[in-house]
Amino acid sequence: MISSKRKLDAVNKNNDILNSGVDLFVNEPPDEEDVSDQDEDSSSSDDDNVNDDGDSDSSQYSGLEEEVASSSLDDSSDEEEQGSDSDDDDDDGEDLMLSDSVDNIAIGTNAKEPAVVDEYEQDSSDEEDIRNTVGNIPMEWYKNYKHIGYDIEGRKLIKPEHGDNLDDFLNKADDPNYWRTVHNRLTGQNIVLSEEDVQLVQNLLGKTHPTQSTEEQYAPWVDWFSSEVMIHPLSNRPEHKRSFIPSKWEKLKVGQMVHALKMGWMKPSKTQEEQEKEEEEQDDKFYMIWNEDEETEISKRYRQHIPAPKTSLPGHAESYNPPPEYLFTKEEEQKWRDQEPEQRRMNFMPQKFSNLRTVPGYSNFIRERFERCLDLYLCPRQRKTRMNVDPEDLIPRLPKPKDLQPFPTTQSLVYLGHTDMVRCISVDPSGQWLVSGSDDCSVRVWEVSTGRCMKTLTVKEKVKGIAWNPNPAVCLLAIVWEKTVVLLNPGVGDKLQLSNTDNMLASQTQAESSADSKVAVSWSVCEGSEHDQGYRLKLTHAHDVSQFTWHSKGDYFATVMPDGQTRSVLIHQLSRRRSQNPFSKSKGSVQCVRFHPLRPFLFVATQRYVRVYNLLKQELSKKLQANCKWVSSMAVHAEGDNVILGSYDSKMSWFDLDLSTKPYQTMKHHKKAIRQVCYHKKYPLFASASDDCSLIVCHGRVYNDMLQNPLIVPVKVLRGHKAEKGVGILDCVFHPSQPWIFSAGADTTIRLYT
Amino acid sequence: MGRATKKGQSGAATAFVHRTKAIKKLQISLKDFRRLCILKGIYPVEPRHRKKAGHGNQAPRTYYMMKDIQFLLHEPLIDKFREFKHFMKRLTRAYGRKNLSAVSRIRKNRPKYKLDHIVKERYPTFIDAVRDLDDCLSMIFLFAIFPSTKITDTRFVQLCRRLSVEFLHYVIASKSLRKVFISIKGIYYQADLFGQQVNWIVPHSTGFAHPTDVDYRVMKTFVEFYTTLLGFVNYKCYHSINLHYPPQLLLDSSEEKVQEDPKVGKRSRKRKNAQLEKIQKEREKRFVERDTVEERLSALTQTLQKTNTGEPEEDIQIDEFPASETDDPELVELAKQERDKLSKFQNLFKGLKFFLNREVPRETLVFIIRSFGGEVSWHESQAVGYSYPETDEKITHQIVDRPSMEKQYLSRYYVQPQWVFDSVNAQMLLPPADYFIGVTLPPHLSPFVTEQEGDYVPPEKQALLNRQRGIDSGIDEDSESEEVDDDEEEDGEGHQSDDSSEEEDEEGEEESDDDEAPATKKQKTGSKGANKQKDVANTSAMSVEEGRVEVDDPGRRQTRQEAEERRLAEMMIPKKKRRLYNKIMHSKKKTSQEARILKEKREAIDMQKKKDKKQKLT
Repeated sequence: MISSKRKLDAVNKNNDILNSGVDLFVNEPPDEEDVSDQDEDSSSSDDDNVNDDGDSDSSQYSGLEEEVASSSLDDSSDEEEQGSDSDDDDDDGEDLMLSDSVDNIAIGTNAKEPAVVDEYEQDSSDEEDIRNTVGNIPMEWYKNYKHIGYDIEGRKLIKPEHGDNLDDFLNKADDPNYWRTVHNRLTGQNIVLSEEDVQLVQNLLGKTHPTQSTEEQYAPWVDWFSSEVMIHPLSNRPEHKRSFIPSKWEKLKVGQMVHALKMGWMKPSKTQEEQEKEEEEQDDKFYMIWNEDEETEISKRYRQHIPAPKTSLPGHAESYNPPPEYLFTKEEEQKWRDQEPEQRRMNFMPQKFSNLRTVPGYSNFIRERFERCLDLYLCPRQRKTRMNVDPEDLIPRLPKPKDLQPFPTTQSLVYLGHTDMVRCISVDPSGQWLVSGSDDCSVRVWEVSTGRCMKTLTVKEKVKGIAWNPNPAVCLLAIVWEKTVVLLNPGVGDKLQLSNTDNMLASQTQAESSADSKVAVSWSVCEGSEHDQGYRLKLTHAHDVSQFTWHSKGDYFATVMPDGQTRSVLIHQLSRRRSQNPFSKSKGSVQCVRFHPLRPFLFVATQRYVRVYNLLKQELSKKLQANCKWVSSMAVHAEGDNVILGSYDSKMSWFDLDLSTKPYQTMKHHKKAIRQVCYHKKYPLFASASDDCSLIVCHGRVYNDMLQNPLIVPVKVLRGHKAEKGVGILDCVFHPSQPWIFSAGADTTIRLYT
Repeated sequence: MGRATKKGQSGAATAFVHRTKAIKKLQISLKDFRRLCILKGIYPVEPRHRKKAGHGNQAPRTYYMMKDIQFLLHEPLIDKFREFKHFMKRLTRAYGRKNLSAVSRIRKNRPKYKLDHIVKERYPTFIDAVRDLDDCLSMIFLFAIFPSTKITDTRFVQLCRRLSVEFLHYVIASKSLRKVFISIKGIYYQADLFGQQVNWIVPHSTGFAHPTDVDYRVMKTFVEFYTTLLGFVNYKCYHSINLHYPPQLLLDSSEEKVQEDPKVGKRSRKRKNAQLEKIQKEREKRFVERDTVEERLSALTQTLQKTNTGEPEEDIQIDEFPASETDDPELVELAKQERDKLSKFQNLFKGLKFFLNREVPRETLVFIIRSFGGEVSWHESQAVGYSYPETDEKITHQIVDRPSMEKQYLSRYYVQPQWVFDSVNAQMLLPPADYFIGVTLPPHLSPFVTEQEGDYVPPEKQALLNRQRGIDSGIDEDSESEEVDDDEEEDGEGHQSDDSSEEEDEEGEEESDDDEAPATKKQKTGSKGANKQKDVANTSAMSVEEGRVEVDDPGRRQTRQEAEERRLAEMMIPKKKRRLYNKIMHSKKKTSQEARILKEKREAIDMQKKKDKKQKLT
């Protein structure tokens, strides 16, 4: 038997012939007799060749095969023409060709050949026996040459002799084999197909099995190249020598592995048992790690450990079915949505589900767990002692205000009449009269006890300041507007006292009137209609006067001119009608001045400091630090030991002059700027009036015993005024003898609290 | 005289080290450092003085304790990490060369590490571990339902599942469940383990999206440690109540033994023939067995086998009574009462038989019911481990979460699952009528909230508290009926007062400024009503209104005075303490404000409801 491969080859070849021969046999006659009539086109080969071709060699076919493989069917007609052209001289090369072909296998005899073939010869060459080595090129390139190509040794292959067209024509007529003669283009030879070949071709054309024998058609299929391992090899070829020599590379590889195993770099792979064992171990890898009898050593590190705070537990709002009040309203929902996720108080929106089966999975579940994980290992921890403080403990223990009475508690009278904000008020030393100056350019004198307006004086400008002379023996009033200070006898009260005042002023007139040229204040006595109104003396300053203050004796008084530079503070003496400038140098814009009630000291408040000057020695004795940005007002206690400062940054500082130049206590009770502070003459009370419309009365007591701390207690917050244009209470003053307080506000009223 | 200490050589400057420096010192990558920190429980700290700790640098850096970092230096895990790095290098190289045999060989030798020593180190005593169990449990319960991905492989997820089931079994066996709560996030549980309150949350069994912007590796590292921790905790817990640790089911043991014996015989016979094949089969069998056992375990219905079956536990308890005897007999009595109450609570569902419909979350309910001594079953097609069919006549409660049921047994209550939760939280069996099929459920309240003074207490909670108290003092549920009566009375009043209320409103505008107590207001209303007509008559002309008598209420005056005194005293709080005081007061105010808002909302809702009711009636 021949090998299957061989057989397949044969079939292939037949197919190829078929392909190339399609055109050739189109006109083929069924009978040989008709050949001469019909096959006129095709050229004939020699008679000698016919017999030889009967056992024609594979080489010729191989040439055919090559050609067919390269050229498509379309070309075949061209080839035919070529073939007919070159047919003229084809006899010469025949011998040569035949001498080369020694193959004893012919197509026609394929089936009949016994299987005594030398396999090695066949198998040794996979490629076909190629006579012509020119390769797959158009053969017309050799048209003009004698040779048609080169054989394997490089010798020229001479074109076989072809007869001319006449020969061809004659052949057609004479040669009975003409119809089955095929021209091999590559070698230029004519080949006469054998009977079998023709039959085969015809079978194929008829679309039947090439051999048409049923035995071969249905031969059992031998699956040579199957997955099954056969006992015997397919071929008898002996094993190669290579396979008997141990591999050098394998040896190297094994050597490396052995070395790696020895050194521990590589570990032998585990057996199945070992793996199982490991799996089992993994399954029950837990054991008693905390033995009770074992003494646990608690390391220092462990004691320093700060445990992570636990997550807070859910409230009612997180329930799947919360009480209805926990659900968001539309506004709340909108607010929740608008907020950044970090700012939200709850990281979820409360929802209500009517039953458990409708509750969906929480989409943020994993993220929340993840964030917790991040917190656990990325968040810096710090030990913080939670202040479990009762807020009651923070409130200082103070005596009850009830025990510190008397102090003003209720609003008892409102003095109505002014039409613009009341800037300043003052109470006469007897406590019977109240005088007020307002922005409506009027000064009104009120009876304290009834609230009646006793007298109204109209002045030229807004009244900046007003003050009763503290001397109880005289009835004198100082009024300030613009650059003028007027001393006035209001004409209320005791007649005797009034006349005394006039007399005193009259008696003083004879004193020197030579004004100090440097001070530039002109004193003038009022006469005529002004005198009738009560004006007695008029002091005209160089600049606007902002504040006026009497000395407690009533003879001296001081005025403040903020624009006056070095002459911003002037001290005037009433009895001698003299003014003097105590300072040669300005130390900042002066806000307020006060006299020490008993000793010859002058308190000058600039924006941040209070300077205390000794007027006798003409020196600076103290400089108090106010601890605030802008002092607004100042008051000195009747004893002269304590000073309070009010400031525009709503702070009030209480100074004890004996202790320190820094405030003993700074109080920030008000919410807005403090406008005025005042001391009571007799009671240990002081008050502060502010723009937030509150008047805070404090009890401030200093003990003679130096060991006991001074006691400062706010006792009452008085309200009643209304703010106007951001201004609340402008002035406040205590009644000289009673625990009453007057306040003047921007709402044009004056109120009395008792 | 000692040498003057240099700056930056002691104190905060040396006690803290920032992260970059720490990593440099440990010579590991940032990734490994993070893993190490997670496993070892090292956390950054906030130095008291940033400037000192940073040698003058106040940049916002994370600081670690120097001691912690030095402690990490000796950690054997670091070596393991290095080994792993080397392993990865080899593996990737083999991959790059497409040397698949090498890949498989290298992969088999994947370095492994254990975290046992870290557990012991982080939690020197068992109580420490229990105290820190909250996050551990939540994470493991979450991972138990994870899909197997590249990061969370099947084995890992199965381990989590196994551990979580084991833990649930322990809680059931020890009857230590205390509180349960269904929130929109998941189901919260609180158990009392060894005197520590352990809370954990389990997500709802419905699926939810897995976010992509979450680093699952970090979570996995956490869970890696947590599985080790929970395994050891489980072991200890099981042994503390004499259970086998790899849990063994009570019913299973006998069957297994029967099965075991022929297997042994077979083995000896076949040994000669085909050992390999047999081992293979045996393994398969074991796997199957293991799977079924695990399934049964996770059904949670069967009790576990005890190591010693002889001694009943009651003896121990009796022994304890004299031991706890103290001087004060009252205290002893109180303690006894407390104990009785607890044991009663622990056996809340004892004697009750439950049947779960398929739409209710099975595991949760089985866990809760079994923790309180109830029996539970479900339809056999649903899962392994059911114990009795739906037709059982002894079933007392069937838990249903559907609008209606076609076939109902008269002998049992059909309740919604919330009944179980609410009963547990109330520590008593609530009347099932509120929870029947298709009924609008009463609100589900959080058991974790203990209302402080001034906090808002929802009326339902108040009712519950009253009910609990009522039982304590022997009054049964009268309070509820009383409430109903009250409501009705209020309704009646509402009818009467509806007309008069409008009048009041009008007058209220006039005197809106002065803040007087409602008591005084009521007194006035009578006289005002009379005056009103007169007022209307002479509004145009100038008139003198009748003077009102100002009622002097001494109590009110007193409170007002006190308030004022307080305000004055507040002014005198020194600046140092004022901040703190303001903070406290601010928070107080806020809570009270919230409470007020909730109260107002509730009142409005109730009013609305009443109105709706009335409209329906008319």
